[in-house]
Amino acid sequence: MHKKPLSKQIYDARWCYLFVLPCSILTGMFVIYPIGMSWYFSLLDWSGFTKEAKFIGLQNYYEAVNDKFFWDAFIRSFIFMFGTVPVKIVLGFIIAVFLNNQVLKLAPFFRTVIFMPVVTAIAIIGIVMTFVFSPFNGPANKFLMSTNLTSAPIDFLGNPDTVLPTVMGVYVWKWLGITMMYWLAALQTVPQDVYDAAKIDGAEGYRLWIHIILPIVLPFAIVIILVEAVGALNVFPLIETMTAGGPFFSSEVMEIYIFRTAFVTDSGTMPRLGYACAAGVFWGVAVLFITVLQGLWMRRTRRI
Amino acid sequence: MSSYLNFIAEKNQVKYLIITIAFIIFSFFWIYPLLWVLSASFKTDFEIWGGLGLIPDRLVWENFERAWFGANMGRYFFNTLIITVVSVIIVVVTTGMFGYVIGRYSFPGKKILIGILISTIFIPQGYTIIPVFDLLNNLNISKNLIGLTLATAGHTPVIYILLFAGYFSRVPVELEEAAKMDGAGFVRTFISIMLPLTKPVVATVSILQVLHAWNDFLLPVVITLGNPDIRTLSVGVYAFKGEYFVDWSGMAAASVITILPIIILFLFMQKYFVEGVQGAVKG
Repeated sequence: MHKKPLSKQIYDARWCYLFVLPCSILTGMFVIYPIGMSWYFSLLDWSGFTKEAKFIGLQNYYEAVNDKFFWDAFIRSFIFMFGTVPVKIVLGFIIAVFLNNQVLKLAPFFRTVIFMPVVTAIAIIGIVMTFVFSPFNGPANKFLMSTNLTSAPIDFLGNPDTVLPTVMGVYVWKWLGITMMYWLAALQTVPQDVYDAAKIDGAEGYRLWIHIILPIVLPFAIVIILVEAVGALNVFPLIETMTAGGPFFSSEVMEIYIFRTAFVTDSGTMPRLGYACAAGVFWGVAVLFITVLQGLWMRRTRRI
Repeated sequence: MSSYLNFIAEKNQVKYLIITIAFIIFSFFWIYPLLWVLSASFKTDFEIWGGLGLIPDRLVWENFERAWFGANMGRYFFNTLIITVVSVIIVVVTTGMFGYVIGRYSFPGKKILIGILISTIFIPQGYTIIPVFDLLNNLNISKNLIGLTLATAGHTPVIYILLFAGYFSRVPVELEEAAKMDGAGFVRTFISIMLPLTKPVVATVSILQVLHAWNDFLLPVVITLGNPDIRTLSVGVYAFKGEYFVDWSGMAAASVITILPIIILFLFMQKYFVEGVQGAVKG
């Protein structure tokens, strides 16, 4: 069979090109173009509000890697990731295992309840949680004190030692429903006959789980970990509305740092979009690097 | 589907009861913060900080009045509604067309197009926000809802496209050939044969986009920095916190105005929410 010339192929597919055009334009404008432009902006000394921009090469990057706040935020983002993802994966799995039982009559109700925070606006969650964890009669402290778990109110969000664990806890609460849904999807792929065969062989209890079910859901686990890990690096709305990175920058993750250097001017400093872009590019590359690493790991595991 | 993976034996009533009760207690604690804000929106400030009880002494509807008119939540509600509805329409039409072509046809450049798309899947929003802000300024659409709506529709569309493409690729070829025999062109086949078949995907994609548009924060907070008139609900409540810091009950009412519509939508269309979320790992 001979192949048609390229020009004919393109002409024949003219409708296809027309159909991909609208979405491509939109994605080009708001995803692809910004990615390219942030590289360019990162080389400028530019406030973002005037036309004056000076090309300064890699100076912004140089300044970023020498800024203590930058590295603190960078590391904190990963602390946040390593502190929340394993908890979500394990807790989500346990809940999914229970709620996957058709025998449990109330399972659909529990699923709905656990999923509820997922659909609630994240900024609102952040604001409501500043009430819930308020040291002045907030419900969390009220509960702890009425049950005599603590004698004095805890300033969850005002103390640099407790603020990050509190925000992480809220993050897990907010998004656990999604992890649970992922696991439920994974568990539903375990075929009935595999299970029956295992039963006949006498595999019971934990052995059944370790030898039969875990290997089947493992490929899912890797995808879930990847999605969750990237998700845990994008926590701007929750932290901005709960603490805005405070107190004393103790909950400032990378996205808050970028936002602060780009837009927040209340300390009298000029906004610096160029510098913020440099921090953003550095951050984007780091995230991409992790994604690629995990992707490779995923492929290797799949081959086994 | 039979009851595989059931380690709770149907005969073991005690175990069953314990698990059910444990989950009921767990669910109550889980949902308590949401119930708390709902009840706070009907309480007086004094009552909010008075105790852990959830039932207000009397329903203080004035909280909602203050939030809706005084704090401008009414305006923000309609802003959010417009942005959400229009961006859903844009997203469904554009990704539906894209997914159709990707799922059913091959053409030169298809692989490159897919490759570029896939590479954008994990781009953090914090990475693109500054150029987006600059772009809307340059196009002179940063001061009205047009810019915000377009940018809300223009986030990475990979999951939507995969959902559409997967569905379209499973439609039997005979349907298309029959349409061609009847003399239907490319566009008519898509609109009158293909599109009606994909209602479940349209529903799932719409729900996902509603969730994204209604709850988004970083984009609207940046775009509306200098334009309070085009704030969305989330940004409005955040600004409320800054401006009327002591009006706790008003803030609770504003929060309820923001979250209740989506929760109601979720309760009625749960199936599509679940499908959308699970599509991300199944695909």
